[in-house]
Amino acid sequence: MRNAFAKEITALAQKDPSVVLLSGDIGNRLFDDFKAKCPDRFYNCGVAEANMMSMAAGLASCGLRPVVYTITPFLTYRCMEQIRDDVCYHNQKVVIVGTGSGLSYASLGTTHHSCEEMGMLRLLPGLSVLAPADPFEVRMTLAAALRHSGPAYIRIGKKGEPNIHASTPAWEIGQTIELRKGTDVALLCAGTLLQECLDTATVLAEVGISTSVLSMPTVKPLNESMLSDVFASHRLVATVEEHSVLGGLGGSVAEWFCDQPSLRARLMRFGTPDAFLHRNGEQEHAREILGLTPAGMSEKVRSRLASL
Amino acid sequence: MSVAASATELAALSRRTRYQLVKMSNASGAPHLGSAMSCVDILVAAYWRALKIDPANPKDPSRDRFILSKGHAGSALYAVLAEKGFFPKEWLDTFAQTDSILTEHPHPHGIPGVEWATGSLGHGLPAGVGIALAARINRLDYKVMVCVSDGECNEGSIWEAALFAPAQKLSNLTVVVDYNKWQATGRSNEVMSLASLVGKWDAFGWRALEVDGHDMEALIEALTMAPDADRRPTAVIAHTVKAKGVSFMEDDNNWHYRIPTTEEVAAAAKELGIL
Ligand SMILES: Cc1ncc(C[n+]2csc(CCOP(=O)(O)OP(=O)(O)O)c2C)c(N)n1
Ligand SMILES: [Mg+2]
Repeated sequence: MRNAFAKEITALAQKDPSVVLLSGDIGNRLFDDFKAKCPDRFYNCGVAEANMMSMAAGLASCGLRPVVYTITPFLTYRCMEQIRDDVCYHNQKVVIVGTGSGLSYASLGTTHHSCEEMGMLRLLPGLSVLAPADPFEVRMTLAAALRHSGPAYIRIGKKGEPNIHASTPAWEIGQTIELRKGTDVALLCAGTLLQECLDTATVLAEVGISTSVLSMPTVKPLNESMLSDVFASHRLVATVEEHSVLGGLGGSVAEWFCDQPSLRARLMRFGTPDAFLHRNGEQEHAREILGLTPAGMSEKVRSRLASL
Repeated sequence: MSVAASATELAALSRRTRYQLVKMSNASGAPHLGSAMSCVDILVAAYWRALKIDPANPKDPSRDRFILSKGHAGSALYAVLAEKGFFPKEWLDTFAQTDSILTEHPHPHGIPGVEWATGSLGHGLPAGVGIALAARINRLDYKVMVCVSDGECNEGSIWEAALFAPAQKLSNLTVVVDYNKWQATGRSNEVMSLASLVGKWDAFGWRALEVDGHDMEALIEALTMAPDADRRPTAVIAHTVKAKGVSFMEDDNNWHYRIPTTEEVAAAAKELGIL
């Protein structure tokens, strides 16, 4: 996803001379091509994320289109007030791209995990919160964010995530992408667990459970009409994200759902628990422990459906 | 190794520790080897000469405190803590392995001797200022030492702490800057206007001094200076070489991320005098 970001931002900056890329002392060779093609529009802002964020808002206020990029926790948790006051309150068109989101950097330890940031950012008025699922969705969300008339946050993974789509989908902020249509349960996925959702659907099919899988790269603003349809046409709806079950996609849908008394489906949420992880392990290991696997999720869906 | 070890013996310990770090990076695939090797002498001088911490009683309220604010060098902290006896050396074999408690960036949840969870740069010094201030409030007379990196000195929070500590005359506090002239993606004096680092700490009201960060005797002298008679906190700007100790790694910032191969481990062993 990192490489897809670097390629897409380079392509977009060549078309739009107002795009400026700010990076926080990471991505060593990643932006070599960008620097070669747009030498006056790349700034290494050092290990000083708060300054970088407010500076981006300042650049945006002068008509430029800054894209700020560094490791997610440092770009979001640390800069919360800069994002709120300088970016959102001034409604500046800053695109905030956090890399290594969720448990992508599981093995680096808790300081490098980000399983709460969508919940925090989602509370900020005017900020779109986007969670692409694969390299094509990275390109798609980035391009859409740069077309958008307000600020946007995009959480991406690391490198090497597999392609799920065959090409970059045509897409605007707020839209959902249906990958599989079923009738019993709908899996709504924000982010990089999309392949696991597709595999969960395959496992469920073996036991006669028909599953819809939707990629929902927009956590905010919620696609309410799609949600209404999905809740009306399935028995169970499950949100899936590499983020706390509090505050992210699951939290958003739960909040929306409690104001919809007439919808028949039940809701369940897959995500990370309300706890820090202290032990070491790669992303795959963390997902395994947390049950964010086809085996773990299909079993929970199956037993929940059986209880309805 | 005993507390009374000579500077020469400690320098030898540093070399062995560096070899340990090379092995740990090779075994785990964890990066930041150059960052860890850069601060080994600082950690050895601190733990063997400057600080009073009983490994058998690592939570003693009156112990001195050391915080590795540049948490990405966690392997160096672990190696030194194990050598000091805070936990068994065998734990080092689990560094950054699946299900290990020794995560790449250090944390205090079950790792004896680690005072603070670091990894996000710019937190260790402000936390250390709080711990140094607490000594006064709680009427204890421990010392606090914080090791920060030069790239870390980009962070505003470092300079907020730097403004606060002298105002409160926290003379029990020493910051050591591992000034290896590199940060993750460039020369630290080019990415940001860091120079003069010693001038900045001095201007902020610290007793600021510069040392060769690989000269064991000079380090011991600098790190044992606090408290200052004028009640200033002490800032030791330690000039270091990233990946110090192995010629083919020294001052090559590729070793911020690179993992040594088994052949490179063997070559490093030779250079570090390990047979
Ligand atoms: C707040 C924060 N931003 C970014 C990073 C990513 N990062 C890890 S090490 C590093 C810079 C390394 O340079 P320096 O601080 O000088 O330490 P050295 O490796 O040279 O010892 C960066 C930017 C981080 N860990 N924390
Ligand atoms: Mg450095």
